[in-house]
Amino acid sequence: MLSAIGVTSLEDLFSHLPAEVRLNRPLAIDAGKSEYEIVDYFRARGDENANGFASFLGAGVYHHYRPVLVDTVVSRGEFLTSYTPYQAEISQGTLTTIFEFQTMICQLTGMEVANASMYDGSTAVPEAAMMAMRVTGRDRILVSRTVHPEYREVLLTYAQHQGMPVAEFGYLKDAGTLDTADLESKIDSGTAAVIIQSPNFFGIVEDVRHAAEIAHKHGALLIFVFAEAVSLGLLEPPRDADIVAGELQSFAISPVYGGPFAGIIATKEKFMRQIPGRLVGETKDTRGNRAFCLTLATREQHIRREKATSNICTNQALIALMATVFMTVYGKEGLRELAQQNLSKAHYLAGKLPLRFSGPFFNEFVASTNGRTPDQINQTLLGKQIIGGLPLERYYPELKNTMLLCATEMSRREKLDTVAEVFAK
Amino acid sequence: MIKKVRQHINQNEPLLFENSSPGKRGYQLPPLDVPSVDTAAALGASNIRAEIEGFPEVSEVEAIRHFTRLSTHNYAIDLGLYPLGSCTMKYNPRVNEQVARIEGLAWAHPYQPESLSQGILEVMGTLEKILAEITGMDEVTLQPAAGAHGEFTGILLIRALLQSQGNARKKLLIPDSAHGTNPATATMAGYKVENIKSNERGMVDVESLARAVDEDVAALMITNPNTLGVFEENITRIAEILHSKGALVYMDGANMNALVGVARPGDFGVDVMHLNLHKTFSTPHGGGGPGSGPVAVKKHLIPFLPKPRLERVGERWTWNYDRPQSVGRVRAFYGNIGMHVRALAYIMAHGGDGLRNATLDAVLNANYIRALIEPYYDLPHKAPTMHECVFSDERQTKRGVHTGDIAKRLIDYGFHPYTVSFPLIVHGAMMIEPTETESKAELDLFVDALISIAAEIDTDPELVLKAPHHTRTSRVDEVTAARKPIVRWKGVTEPRP
Ligand SMILES: Cc1ncc(COP(=O)(O)O)c(C=O)c1O
Repeated sequence: MLSAIGVTSLEDLFSHLPAEVRLNRPLAIDAGKSEYEIVDYFRARGDENANGFASFLGAGVYHHYRPVLVDTVVSRGEFLTSYTPYQAEISQGTLTTIFEFQTMICQLTGMEVANASMYDGSTAVPEAAMMAMRVTGRDRILVSRTVHPEYREVLLTYAQHQGMPVAEFGYLKDAGTLDTADLESKIDSGTAAVIIQSPNFFGIVEDVRHAAEIAHKHGALLIFVFAEAVSLGLLEPPRDADIVAGELQSFAISPVYGGPFAGIIATKEKFMRQIPGRLVGETKDTRGNRAFCLTLATREQHIRREKATSNICTNQALIALMATVFMTVYGKEGLRELAQQNLSKAHYLAGKLPLRFSGPFFNEFVASTNGRTPDQINQTLLGKQIIGGLPLERYYPELKNTMLLCATEMSRREKLDTVAEVFAK
Repeated sequence: MIKKVRQHINQNEPLLFENSSPGKRGYQLPPLDVPSVDTAAALGASNIRAEIEGFPEVSEVEAIRHFTRLSTHNYAIDLGLYPLGSCTMKYNPRVNEQVARIEGLAWAHPYQPESLSQGILEVMGTLEKILAEITGMDEVTLQPAAGAHGEFTGILLIRALLQSQGNARKKLLIPDSAHGTNPATATMAGYKVENIKSNERGMVDVESLARAVDEDVAALMITNPNTLGVFEENITRIAEILHSKGALVYMDGANMNALVGVARPGDFGVDVMHLNLHKTFSTPHGGGGPGSGPVAVKKHLIPFLPKPRLERVGERWTWNYDRPQSVGRVRAFYGNIGMHVRALAYIMAHGGDGLRNATLDAVLNANYIRALIEPYYDLPHKAPTMHECVFSDERQTKRGVHTGDIAKRLIDYGFHPYTVSFPLIVHGAMMIEPTETESKAELDLFVDALISIAAEIDTDPELVLKAPHHTRTSRVDEVTAARKPIVRWKGVTEPRP
């Protein structure tokens, strides 16, 4: 090969690099290891983490069972080791599954268009807000304090340099639902979008229709955020929203300490050209067979460059495929039954604990730790191989001595009872 | 002659929705061990949906056949060379997939106690340190989810630093050869874009750059090697020009596969850069993601890194949220951790020497292709090739055949095409990046295919214009797809096959 190139050594291929940029020593990285040693190393790291604990953490990342089929499908090299489907003729596998994904997200959310995925729920929120700015020609964003605190932080990071002022509105102290009076007092003719989450960060189901009415009365869009996708198996989809931004981690995606997950943005057909990210569309090949391809690329960075709707390029395709397989395996009946089980488990546990809020909740709720700190309760639980709830004071200073607890289909009754006992003591 | 492929039967497959029958199911849930809650009572009757209209109903066997059949409609690295320039489609080692699924790692909840997360934090801390060594930078954040997200993070860091000095400035300089995410990122970070023309060698022209740098310029966003696969030989001088005017240098590290172990951006004047773990460090593309876009910085940018920051305190890893100058969070939680696990496994398998050898092989393979193809296709920029080479369809265009057609004909020969029509500064670009993964035998087949196609264009251009001929899906009508977009299934069932 060297002689075909016309050089005598590999080093010659780098002789044009100026001397001052060359690294003149070996990288200070240990010598290569065998497969066995690598597996051993990561097993040891896994052992240093929590193992064999039951967990009652939710807060945007949920422990749901992952049907075996999910890994079977995404482990196929044809899906795992392919690139973004630019060459439609040899990418129909990926393209078809994305088209099915987009369709199922629409069915789930009551929207008409869904993109091929965003990085995660948190980044989908500012992308949705920027989309609302483009649609309305306005720039102010009103976000509920019951939206996931970290999603709101990400929104602020993005908003700072967009000329997009973000203000928050509150929640009702007793119900834990949107304070619509506060929203009404803050919304005006400069508001591009109102952002709400349901079930909200406290697990409580919001009145989406009412929020939409308020937003629409002032010419603003309603952005609906979800972090617990399983809830949509049971809950009325947010048909009154204009944009839906969500997180699909609940659909067979391991928690992996916070990622990779998959976000989505869905909307009405009339806003299709403002949606960020990739879209797959249906068409035909020259023989007249149905085929799919990436479409409406004129929204995207590789065509529009600085005028693109977003800079997103690589998204979370394989994770979206996991969610697609999950939705297929559970299907129409299964997702509903799954959601029902989550509801029942959470309500069983909640029935034994002092609740902080009175609003209707799905599989998460806020409990008061009456007289003790959340850390004291969590320490006791850890002693029983249980990871307890998330103390809320860090995110909501007014919610001292409360924690957010989540129960899913994977929470066994005996563990629910143990949590209740520890609370009762 | 087509040597690599011949046709074989593969199955048609309707959409899931067309295959559904009411009542079919592919799941099992254990019996509920607590009392069943009345949903309407718990949530309010008006909050309950009747059903998920149109949602699939298939059996487990139908589900696995569906996805397996569809998978056979894809090309993949596992099937052969995938020479997409700029995408670094190298082999994705399977051990990486296995270790990423180890229960203690895969089932770690981001809010579980730090004391029960030391293993995953050790993985992240180790990876940060190694990436700093590879790039020659001082610190690394693993929070960004992909390359473009890393760019956004990096430019926010630049803005924050300049703002702390009193003036965030107005614009970014971006070479005309840059990837589209660079200018799109500039806009998202609130900067105007000024394009910098490349010279005839395909490099940033130092004189015109010097003229463009003024007090309004926040930074230069440069890709090195650039998207022509050419190393910017004047990079040190370029960095001096920016720095002398108080501006910074951002490097798009998408092409680090040409540099690992050979040269380090931190040694040639770069202030901040991103890496693509899904390119250089072998994490799988998965049909379009997930990726991971760590950002590496020099000391002066450390205070502004996204929060929380991973820190070592005594014998323990911990998250530090108390970072008053931080640009904030760019995403929830801490990053695409599953990709960090895979990237570290790749680095451990190679070791320092192995990483450098991979670079040498990647550059060797690109130069080999360049040498053998140059007699047949136009190579507009003659500067030395690093990890990829960019040809032009200039000669073939005279016969009415364009880069996109040649790409489609390559499919008939059993290859995934190169990157088509990027970078924009090359007429009908054919951007070829073989990576170190490929053997000489696979490269020779690819070269033979391109040479054979060049001959076909001379004798029978129609053959190339109508390609691909041997695929189950022939050329796809992308124009109609965009003109009348159908982006979800609306219930119009095609006749079953
Ligand atoms: C040169 C270059 N820059 C930036 C990117 C964007 O990276 P990502 O797709 O991970 O966002 C890419 C890849 O697509 C690239 O090739």
